[in-house]
Amino acid sequence: MISYFQDYVTIGAVLGFGLFLVVLLLGVASVLRPNKPYAEKLQTYECGVDPVGTGWSQTYVRYYIFGLLFVIFDVEAVFIFPWAINLEKLGYFGLIEMFVFIFILLIGLIYAIRKDVLKWES
Amino acid sequence: MVDLILFFIPSALIIIGALIVVFAKNPVHNAMGLVMTLVSIAIIYITLNATFVAMVQMLVYAGAVMTLFLFVIMMIGVDKKEQSSESIKGQTFLVSGVFLILISILGYVAISSEFKWDLWFEAVEFAVEGTPQLIAGTLFTAWIFPFEIISILLIVATAAAIALAYDSKRKKNDV
Amino acid sequence: MSIELIISLVKANIVLAVLLTNTILLIWFERKVVAGMQSRVGPDRAGPFGILQTLADAIKLLLKEQILPSKADRAMYLLAPLIALVPSFLIFMIIPLGPDITVEWQNALYTIPLVGADLNVGVLYFLALSSIAVYSVVLAGWSSGSKYPLLGGVRASAQMISYEAAMGLALVPVILYSGSLSLVDIVNSQSGNLSSSIPILNTIVSFIPKWNIFPQFVAFGIFFIAAVAEVNRAPFDLVEAEQELVGGFHTEYSGFRFAMFFLAEYINMFNMCAITATFFLGGWLGPTFEGILPPIFSVIMPIIWLGVKTFLLLFVFVWIRATLPRLRYDQLMELGWKRMIPLSLVWLILSAIVLGLREFGLPWS
Repeated sequence: MISYFQDYVTIGAVLGFGLFLVVLLLGVASVLRPNKPYAEKLQTYECGVDPVGTGWSQTYVRYYIFGLLFVIFDVEAVFIFPWAINLEKLGYFGLIEMFVFIFILLIGLIYAIRKDVLKWES
Repeated sequence: MVDLILFFIPSALIIIGALIVVFAKNPVHNAMGLVMTLVSIAIIYITLNATFVAMVQMLVYAGAVMTLFLFVIMMIGVDKKEQSSESIKGQTFLVSGVFLILISILGYVAISSEFKWDLWFEAVEFAVEGTPQLIAGTLFTAWIFPFEIISILLIVATAAAIALAYDSKRKKNDV
Repeated sequence: MSIELIISLVKANIVLAVLLTNTILLIWFERKVVAGMQSRVGPDRAGPFGILQTLADAIKLLLKEQILPSKADRAMYLLAPLIALVPSFLIFMIIPLGPDITVEWQNALYTIPLVGADLNVGVLYFLALSSIAVYSVVLAGWSSGSKYPLLGGVRASAQMISYEAAMGLALVPVILYSGSLSLVDIVNSQSGNLSSSIPILNTIVSFIPKWNIFPQFVAFGIFFIAAVAEVNRAPFDLVEAEQELVGGFHTEYSGFRFAMFFLAEYINMFNMCAITATFFLGGWLGPTFEGILPPIFSVIMPIIWLGVKTFLLLFVFVWIRATLPRLRYDQLMELGWKRMIPLSLVWLILSAIVLGLREFGLPWS
C-alpha cells in the first residue's frame, strides 16, 4: 500500500512544508515590519492621480475565445497522451484513428484562423 | 485510520468548496470555491488509485474550464449586481422539492444500511503502472467511435463560440 | 514511523532546501550575466562576488510594510501569492536527479530513487500544476481592484494558456519515443547512443548520445519557446511590460508578498529549464567516469550533469532576455496560435508516421 502512496505522501509533505514555510515567513514579517496605513497610501496606483471608477472594468470578449480554444486543445492533449504511450500496441489502426481526430481539430483551428478570430486587431 | 483521514479531509474540502460556490456573493469567489472542490475531488481520485483521471481532473476541469469561467466572469464585469428575482416561476419551490427528495433518498440509504459505512472496499489488484495504459488500451479499441465523435463535439463547440462572439452585429468599441 | 515515511519527509525537506538555495544562486547568476552583457559590474557588495545580494534583498523585503489597497478583494489578494509559490515547489518534485541509489541502514538495504516522486502520470502532473499556476496571475490582477493589474493579469493568463497548449502538444513526440508518462522512464529511454540502419550513417551518428533533442529538434524549439512564454520571461514579458502596464499583475503588491511572486517566477524558471533538460537533453545522463573518480562520484556526477545542463539552459534564458526586444501582444498571440500550435500538430503527425514505419514496417508489407 505505502509503496504506491509514497510518492504522493512525499508530494503532500512538500505541500505541507511549503505552506508552513510561507506562513512562517509571513508571520515573521508581520512581527518585524512597520504597519502604518492611511487612506492615501491605500489608494490603488493610477499614474499618481486619484483613481477613477472601481478598477473592475469589463474585459474583451476575445479572451473568452482563447479560453475556449485552450479548453479544446487541452481535451485533445488529454486524449493524445494515452494514445502516445500505447501506440506500439495499437499499430496502424491507432495511428489512423488519431490522424482523423487531429485532422478534425485542425479544421477547427483553420476555421478560426480564416475567420480572423485569432487576429488581435485593436 | 489513515484511510479515514485520507477520505475525510478531501471530502470536507469538497463540501466547503461547494458551500462557497452556493453562498459567496462575489462570482470570482464562487469560481475559486469550485476550483477547490475540483482539486479535492482529484485528491480523492488519487487515493482510489485512479491517477490518470485525477490528473485529467486537475488539467481540464480545475485548469482549463475554470480559467474559461474566470474569463467569462471578467468579460461580464464583476461588479454587476446579482439577479435575485426569480426568472422561472416558482423556482425556489421546485429546487427545495428536489433537494428534499435527494435528502430523503440519502437518509433512506443511511438508515437502511444501519450506518455501517464500510470505507474499505474489497482490495482490487491494480498494476501500479497500469492506469494510463489500461485507459488507452480500451479507449482506442473498444470505444473508438465515441472517441471520434468527441472531436466532432469539440469542433462544434469551437464554431459555436466563434459564431456567438463574432456575429455581424458586434459592437466595434468593446472595452 | 515507518522508514518510508521518514524517507518521504527527508526528501521533502531536501527538495525545499535545494530549491530555495538554487533560487538565491539563480537570481545572482542572472543579474551577473545581464550585467556582463550590458558592460556593468552587477551586484558585488554583499558577500564574495555579491553572491549574498539576493539574501539581503529578501531580508529587506521581509522588513517592508505590506500595503493592502482599500479597494482590494481581501481574501483573493492574500491567496494569490500562495497559489503562485506552492505549485512551483511541487513541479520540482517530479524531476529525476539521478539513478536509484542503495543505502544500507540497520543491516537492511533500501533502494531510494533520486527523485522526489516518480509518478506514472508525471507529464500530466507537470501540465496540471502549470495550469493551476495561471490562477495566481488572474487572481492577483483581479483582486487588486486596480486597472493596470487587471489588464496585466488577464493578458498574462491568456498568454500562459495559449503557450501551455503548444507546450503540451510539443511533448507528445517525446512520449511517443519513451512510451511512458513517467519522467524517470523518459530519461532512461534516452540512454545509449543513436543508431541507424544505414551502415555509413551509423558510424557517424553512433557517437551522438540518444537525447531527444537530436531527432526532436522542432519539438525542442517549440517547447523551449513555450517555456519562455509560460514563465513570462522576456521577450514574452508583456505581463509586466513596465512602459505600458506599470508592473502588471503585481503592481499593488508590496513587501514579502511581492517577494513571493518574485521567488515563484525564478523557481518556475529553474523548473522549466530542468524539465527541458530532462525531456530533451537526457536529464542526468552523462559520463560518470567510474574507476577514475572515487566511488562517491557515481552518485554525485548525475546531479552535476543535470545541474550543468539546467544552468546552460538558464544562461540561454538570460541571454534571450538581454538580447531580444519585447513582442507586441497581437504578435505574441499570433505566434502562439497560428505558428506554434499548427506546427506542433504537424510535427506530432510526422513523428508518429516515422515511428510507425520503424516499429510496424510498411503498411502494405
